[in-house]
Amino acid sequence: MEKYIEIRNAVKSFGSVKALRGVSLTVKKGEVVLVIGPSGSGKSTLLRSVNRLEHLDSGEILIDGESVTDPNADIRHIREEVGMVFQSFNLFPHLTVIDNITLAPITVLKKTKDEAIDQARNLLAKVGLSDKEKAWPEQLSGGQQQRVAIARALAMNPKVMLFDEPTSALDPEMIKEVLDVMTELAHEGMTMLVVSHEMGFARAAANRIIFMDAGQIVEEAPPETFFTSPREERTRKFLEHIL
Amino acid sequence: MMKGSPLSGRDSKNPNQTTINVTDGTLIPIKDEGSLLSAWNISFFGAVALLVALPLLSPDPYLHILSFVPDGLVATFSVTLISIFFALLIGLFAGLGRISQKLFINRIATVYVEVIRGIPLLVQLFYIYYALGPLLRLKGPPAAILAMSICYGAYMAEIFRAGMQAIPRGQMEAALALGMSRSTAMRKIIIPQTIRIILPPIGNEFIALLKDSSLVSILAVSDLLRRGREYASTSFRYFESYTVIALIYLVMTLFFSRLVGMMEERLRHRGKVH
Repeated sequence: MEKYIEIRNAVKSFGSVKALRGVSLTVKKGEVVLVIGPSGSGKSTLLRSVNRLEHLDSGEILIDGESVTDPNADIRHIREEVGMVFQSFNLFPHLTVIDNITLAPITVLKKTKDEAIDQARNLLAKVGLSDKEKAWPEQLSGGQQQRVAIARALAMNPKVMLFDEPTSALDPEMIKEVLDVMTELAHEGMTMLVVSHEMGFARAAANRIIFMDAGQIVEEAPPETFFTSPREERTRKFLEHIL
Repeated sequence: MMKGSPLSGRDSKNPNQTTINVTDGTLIPIKDEGSLLSAWNISFFGAVALLVALPLLSPDPYLHILSFVPDGLVATFSVTLISIFFALLIGLFAGLGRISQKLFINRIATVYVEVIRGIPLLVQLFYIYYALGPLLRLKGPPAAILAMSICYGAYMAEIFRAGMQAIPRGQMEAALALGMSRSTAMRKIIIPQTIRIILPPIGNEFIALLKDSSLVSILAVSDLLRRGREYASTSFRYFESYTVIALIYLVMTLFFSRLVGMMEERLRHRGKVH
């Protein structure tokens, strides 16, 4: 399989705090990679570096062979192909659900309004929210907002999706509806890099689990091996806490 | 001018309610005061009743005063509206400058805001009209408008800054992640949400400016206050003249503050900002 995301020796500090201490990771096309680790381990920083919401101090990131980290990179074009879903949803509160989804296709991809609306309706059907197209974000539950956020990201026809703790801000009963959408997406062959502690999703959809601690990758393995027989002591300690 | 320190208050306990309290919030009537005898009702209808009753009961001098001052009202509103327009323009750019990451632009905008807010409006009016008079050669009204615009532009800048900073960072990040440029994100995402938050404080600035416009009477502008003074000095009816002037200002500011309050209420109901 071809490499889709290549991270080479990523280093990033915030002041005196070292968030990433030389992380290298490759995600192949169609692969679903889950990143777990304690808070402050640098997993979100790593994810946010992939579409350059964070600038690396050193190291390189390539998406489909194109450098993201090169200062001259056409980052907007790269971002069009990299969808991102945030912990806090970040829907646009002044726009209805349908407008949230169609805004970027219309302004960035220059789609016609009709085209964008057709596509948005298909995506809303896919995430199970066809009846909510005229709703305002504040009228939706957290789980529904996050599903709209996924639809909004998919409306750009991304080749890869980044998920930054997509279920951490949700009440327990809403987590499943979001994970179901993500699992379906994984089974359709979407390339996904996911920061999450959802073990159910890991078992159902992930090809690989990456365990990060203190800005470094400690261990990586397929889900079954990872959960049943982790190699590293630090991984075992962490798993004891979350399982 | 009564001004509180500009602050963007996002209530951490209730993230659904973004409020920025930039000016004297007391101008906006308190919502719960629904009763007939609310402070607003007493003040507003009391003032209106006096303005109707006094000329009826004693036409001389009240009716004369009331027919003498309307030109002043026109001048007061012209100065206020033109000044608020320019103040908004200046405020938008200075506000953008205040949040600019370019140090030079940021410094210029910040110095402007600090200097202007540190000098009383009356002193600024004197400065532009008298001190810079030989240089600018401005007549009263343009000098008044220039001074008021520059002064209020600084306060507007702080409202724009606080408003834009009250928008969560995730909004810009979500827009950028979708491939939008920074300027598209500003136009489509940040500014529309900012306007919703800053409309009430801007309404308050308008009311404050309407009141402060009385200062321009010193620069030979025939505004409401000056017309009252002209009447008083020829008729020696000081008490009656200034009573009418005070009542007219009161009716106007109370009317607009109610309007701002209603606008705030409407904005709160639809399309809340996180």
